[in-house]
Amino acid sequence: MERHSVHENPTGGQSANAHQSLTPQNVVAPQGPLITQGPPQLPPQMFTTAAQLLDLTDKKLVLVLRDGRKLIGVLRSWDQFANLVLQDTIERLYAGNLYADILRGLFIVRGENVLLLGEIDLDKEDEIPSTLKKAPFEEVFELKKKEDNERKLSDKTRHNKLQPHGFEPEHSGEVLF
Amino acid sequence: MLFFSFFKTLINHTVTVELKNDIRIYGTLRSVDQYLNIKLDNIDIVNLDQYPHLSSVKNMFIRGSVVRYVVLPQAEVDTTLLEDATRREAANQANKA
Repeated sequence: MERHSVHENPTGGQSANAHQSLTPQNVVAPQGPLITQGPPQLPPQMFTTAAQLLDLTDKKLVLVLRDGRKLIGVLRSWDQFANLVLQDTIERLYAGNLYADILRGLFIVRGENVLLLGEIDLDKEDEIPSTLKKAPFEEVFELKKKEDNERKLSDKTRHNKLQPHGFEPEHSGEVLF
Repeated sequence: MLFFSFFKTLINHTVTVELKNDIRIYGTLRSVDQYLNIKLDNIDIVNLDQYPHLSSVKNMFIRGSVVRYVVLPQAEVDTTLLEDATRREAANQANKA
């Protein structure tokens, strides 16, 4: 395991971890005297949103949005803001110990709404926790609506109690799930 | 850019990321970018039973804007060096202005 100094080595010498898709001309080869300046560094191209999303492309992912929706689909395209295109998407609703799937189709998601993108391990994909049961959409939807309302109420109560003490709600009152 | 560089020094170390929706994710820091978007490998979720949608997820990309904290391995953080770097960065900013 290599260590990197806080100060970037401007030459960005190639390391064992260098991304394979980097073209040779993008990578500045370590030069003789510079090697002695510090440990090897990953090339700067590794540290862009594009580089991070590149190896998730064409994979089956679960996308969690800021409003709590869980979308499962294949990532086809993206940009530096994490705007995403998902193909063959389903939305999975969870409520209590039930879940339901709804076919949604193609999504273009604006980056600001993205919470996280998880790569689904295809070996574990079908191992849905035994506590969860698949149920008809309508049933899960109603249950979820009830749960959401309860949460909204309890958030509101907490906010009303905290506000006189000078606490402002986190993320400017917007609820993240 | 200081924190970007700082996070780069933590690559391949295990960190815990807490999101603004209270999920805590423990995993190996694989990559970070200028927005402090984070990529984690071999993740473990604290209280996974509350987040069943993440039960089959191994690697994830987290948008920087939804991170509340990153818990760092103490042994890997040289606070003196970081303080020094902060002063230097501040001096650079002052020179530019």
